Amino acid sequence: MDVLAGKVKVTQKTLDQTMNPAELMDHPIRLTARDVTVHYGAKQALHGISIDIPDRAVTAFIGPSGCGKSTFLRCINRMNDTIEGAKVGGRIELDGQDIYDPKLDVVELRARIGMVFQKPNPFPKSIYDNVAYGPRIHGLARNKADLDEIVVSSLRKAGLFEEVKDRLSEPGTGLSGGQQQRLCIARAIAVGPEVILMDEPCSALDPIATAIIEELIDELRENYTIVIVTHSMQQAARVSQKTAFFHLGNLIEQGDTEDIFTNPVNKQTQDYIMGRIG
Amino acid sequence: MATDTVKSAAPEAASRTNLVRDSLRRRHFNERLFRALGLLAICVALGFVTLLFADVFRKGIPAFTQTNLHVAVTFDPEVIDVGPAPTSDQFTSEAEYNAASLKWQRDLALLNWNTIVEQALRAAAPAGTEIDARALLSIPETNARHVLREMYVKDPSLLGQTVEVDLLGSANTDNWVKGNIDRTLGDAQQQLSAEARALIDTFEADGTISTGFAWAIFTNVDSRSAPASAGLLGAFVGTLWMMLIVVVLAVPIGVAAAIYLEEFAPKSRITDLIEVNINNLAAVPSIVFGLLGAAVFINWFHLPISAPLVGGLVLTLMTLPTIIIATRGALMGVSPALRQAALGMGASKTQMVFHHVLPVTFPSILTATILGIAHALGETAPLLLIGMKAFVASVPATPLDQATALPVQIYLWQGNENRNFFEPRTAAAIMVLLAVMIFLNGAAIYLRSRLEKRA
Repeated sequence: MDVLAGKVKVTQKTLDQTMNPAELMDHPIRLTARDVTVHYGAKQALHGISIDIPDRAVTAFIGPSGCGKSTFLRCINRMNDTIEGAKVGGRIELDGQDIYDPKLDVVELRARIGMVFQKPNPFPKSIYDNVAYGPRIHGLARNKADLDEIVVSSLRKAGLFEEVKDRLSEPGTGLSGGQQQRLCIARAIAVGPEVILMDEPCSALDPIATAIIEELIDELRENYTIVIVTHSMQQAARVSQKTAFFHLGNLIEQGDTEDIFTNPVNKQTQDYIMGRIG
Repeated sequence: MATDTVKSAAPEAASRTNLVRDSLRRRHFNERLFRALGLLAICVALGFVTLLFADVFRKGIPAFTQTNLHVAVTFDPEVIDVGPAPTSDQFTSEAEYNAASLKWQRDLALLNWNTIVEQALRAAAPAGTEIDARALLSIPETNARHVLREMYVKDPSLLGQTVEVDLLGSANTDNWVKGNIDRTLGDAQQQLSAEARALIDTFEADGTISTGFAWAIFTNVDSRSAPASAGLLGAFVGTLWMMLIVVVLAVPIGVAAAIYLEEFAPKSRITDLIEVNINNLAAVPSIVFGLLGAAVFINWFHLPISAPLVGGLVLTLMTLPTIIIATRGALMGVSPALRQAALGMGASKTQMVFHHVLPVTFPSILTATILGIAHALGETAPLLLIGMKAFVASVPATPLDQATALPVQIYLWQGNENRNFFEPRTAAAIMVLLAVMIFLNGAAIYLRSRLEKRA
């Protein structure tokens, strides 16, 4: 009981700083998923996921390892396409447009839906080139000055500019883990995406770097729709406004983060939040 | 109950410690044994390499110096009696002048230049030396007459003049001076007559004969009639042509094939089959590629025999599997995180490959390529089957000219009957080939470390 009380306290403290649930209702739905299934060969990894993801808010996917939360995240920007033998069913819409429409260019989709991975994976190039890569391939900058501006503003938004402004030409791989992850976020932002997917972005980072990233996520939600997969319930509670709980490839429960953490309806959600499974 | 466990735990722990200690002793023994065996293997391998190098160097280094004859040659007008060289102002048309010029040169070629060589040597010999012309002419290399004629063709004003000229000593002279032939052997077993041997010793004593650096090895083509002037230039240029063809064909085709198979080809039965066959091709004996080259490029495409083009094509086929396999290995080793990062940014597959995957694998691909080329450089067997073992006494100006290659030249010299002279020269040729290979490997290592530092 003590454990639960502690968790609830943490949750409420964090939620006080964020918006209230009524405010979340005002956010229009950006992404909708209906009956999404994923098969890896013969194995079914996701069983009919349906969820609405609100605009300019943080949606967290939580659940024990292997529950399908990352798999579902990768459906949203079609990264599952790159996995041999993966088959996605159902329908996912971004602003009402089916993202699995064969006529839709997956490259354009990924320019609109950016992604930050579990392990920081900057390109083995300079910090500048890391951020400039997206704008370059998508032709977003007309000239060098434009590109410079995009790079600087993206690094600023990712809260990294002050730390790296004197060494933009040094390799991105030489930064610390937390800085690398912020560089990856800057790289994603530089393309001007509408949605940013984050796949356990802090799992390889120490608590201080994690705190900085979480703060950054909180700032970014002003301008971006963010979906974050995390196995840390505290993190979900701290940064998200909406939470979805996955278990064994099913979406068990979804709702406002506050509701999920204080008043879970489903027994499994309850068990997970109280630390009985996972 | 609790005290019971504590009591029985102490002796149990002691016996467990002993068991661990016993197994540790075994493990340590195995470890030391393995290390000793490894060290032994390396020492044996290094020993053989040292032995090989020492043997080649011991034999080859003396071949880099060569016996020269320093004599005063008189271009005797009585011997050279074909008249002055025609000049262009004597003729009204270019064609007439060319014809006259050619005739003059042909007339010169028909003269007995050996008389001039003989006169020069007799002049250099101490007064009263009795030696017949045949024995005397066995001292300089047989190309001496061509050397003098070419000098005269280039400069007809030499007529009647006496100039100091360096002539190559013959292979037998070289053997005698360097002591490559047993001096105690009887006349019947000596290549040089007793008079000639005596005169060589006199020449050596008075400085007419000296040894100098054997530039012939690098500046001359192969020669049978004048072995002392035989050099590697033709073979070297032939090898360069072939390597150029291998680089131009095998590298782009190999790397492109590897990229396609690894990154773009759908995984299917057919790609599996192709993969297996590429691996098999890498294990095909190289002489089979020679047969293929003879059958396809020469018999079917009617490309010329002994041409570096055909050699280059055969070596390309032989090198391709090596480059493809090594490149695929390098591509396979690229971390999936990098690929995902690129795809996640909205890079297309081609952009992912060319912007991110290739740059990080470039050093490995480069190393594999250079090692593949070094392998092709030393290959002999397939070249024998496409006629590149023919005696070629010219520098190939194009890849379609007849040529031979460095390793084949080594093979040819190794088979030469003048063992005393050609054994050292073969070793010298091996040293040149090794130097080229060490240079290539060094370049691979240097480029790799430089590119890796930059990445």
